[in-house]
Amino acid sequence: MTDPLLTVRNLSVTYPGDDGDVRAVRNVSFTLGRERLGIVGESGSGKSTTGRAIMGLVSHPGRIAADELRLGDTDLRGLSERGFRRLRGKRIAMVLQDPKYSLDPVMSVGQQIAETHRSHLGSNKRDARRAALEMLEAVHIRDPERVYTMYPHQVSGGMGQRVMIAMMLIAGPDILIADEPTSALDVTVQTQVLAILDELVRRRGMGLLLVSHNLHLISSFCDRVLVMYAGQVLETCEAGKLAEAKHPYTRGLLAALPRLGDRRTELPQLQRDPAWLADIA
Amino acid sequence: MITLENVSIAYGTGPRAVTAVRDLTLAVAEGEAVGLVGESGSGKSTVLRAVAGLIPYASGEITLAGVRVDRRRTTAQRKMSQMVFQDPYGSLHPNQTVDQILALPVAIHRLDRGEARIVQALGEVGLGREHRYRYPHQLSGGQRQRVAIARALILEPRILLLDEPTSALDVSVQAEILNLLARLRRGRGLTLLMVSHDLAVIAHLCERIGVMNGGRLVEITTATAMASNQVTHDYTRELLRSNAGFDRSSVVGTAQPAPRHHDI
Repeated sequence: MTDPLLTVRNLSVTYPGDDGDVRAVRNVSFTLGRERLGIVGESGSGKSTTGRAIMGLVSHPGRIAADELRLGDTDLRGLSERGFRRLRGKRIAMVLQDPKYSLDPVMSVGQQIAETHRSHLGSNKRDARRAALEMLEAVHIRDPERVYTMYPHQVSGGMGQRVMIAMMLIAGPDILIADEPTSALDVTVQTQVLAILDELVRRRGMGLLLVSHNLHLISSFCDRVLVMYAGQVLETCEAGKLAEAKHPYTRGLLAALPRLGDRRTELPQLQRDPAWLADIA
Repeated sequence: MITLENVSIAYGTGPRAVTAVRDLTLAVAEGEAVGLVGESGSGKSTVLRAVAGLIPYASGEITLAGVRVDRRRTTAQRKMSQMVFQDPYGSLHPNQTVDQILALPVAIHRLDRGEARIVQALGEVGLGREHRYRYPHQLSGGQRQRVAIARALILEPRILLLDEPTSALDVSVQAEILNLLARLRRGRGLTLLMVSHDLAVIAHLCERIGVMNGGRLVEITTATAMASNQVTHDYTRELLRSNAGFDRSSVVGTAQPAPRHHDI
């Protein structure tokens, strides 16, 4: 952790609304090293917006402000769209929830992976194809040659998500942001996709930012967790110790989860304290 | 209350027919809650839709309260079983107020005291008068799902069919809806048949759990047996493991995913 891959200090994202500005993300600070960092929170907590802000994907009229937003030695603040296009895919990549919507439906999956390789590494057609096939193999797709020619509607959800991971990792980024990468998949397929993500991120020494609403998944998969509520990070803790979280919001969420083998007639419902909305820092 | 005897359900006809459910036999007693778990494509929602009478079944027999039912049903048979869908965005008419949404089933079934029924149904699901004249987009996800439950309850059904009723909701809202369903079931003696991919959610509401895979019911077990890992079928074990979260040790060495029928 001596040399963080990503440094975020006091990041805020603001959208203008009818009743004044809406602060979707408020003063979020964290660093990401070669580790798996999870962001957990409910819908509207700002977890996805945080990921999108790092990718430079907050579009007008949204505004980003930060004291520090640095990818290695590159300052992301005020970086032009052109500058971001050079970074995205090459140094920082993002996997979204549903492969059905994030793959181009009229291009074979292999070509889409190869295209990423060509545009970022300037390779020729043959090298790009070979790299794409190797990448498909790395995400444990049997018979990569056949899958290369398939179109997104011909592959299953789990396979589509593996194709997405292959496409995102082919240019060798330092950081992967995964926004609910397995929420659209069946539970048994989820485990496989996570295992592949885990294996590749470890082997390549990448930093992974995993955004999810699933507390079980985050606490079992990640190294550290940020708990977000109403745009702020309420609590940071070691993922394995999420069960010992101190903040009443985190505790309330954990208590509200139904658990196998613990049949309670009533699940404790989360009582939201208005004080949680106040600015922390 | 609900019995399915060797039921097979197919989509399409002739050589292109796809059999989604094969030879399924299941009985749900009055007042009991039974859950079905399985992956997408395992046929669990298809079973629910056939019980609701939304789709026909190819062979076998479905009976509700001792009467054989098919897709064509009398109004009284339709009134008896009501369904709540996964996505309250998609299942509520966007151009109708909550009041209109709740008034429609009352009108279709020519029930009396429409006004009183609407007020009562809203109260039962924890919505107030202020919500009655709102449109679905003016409500939160949890409130919308409450409206969907109120619409099912307003006909005073004896059977409630739940298709992933909480999977579109946040954890804290999920707890509220699960509590509401448990309370309604106790209060009205409802029979529940519920589908979910979340074992913990199913085990919270249901005593018995059926595990489906590839259109077949591979195992019927209890919530208690699930919790203590006393299951017999390999697929159920895999489901249990996956539901427990990501376990690195269980994956090491098996990083090559097991073959699945839909991977081909």
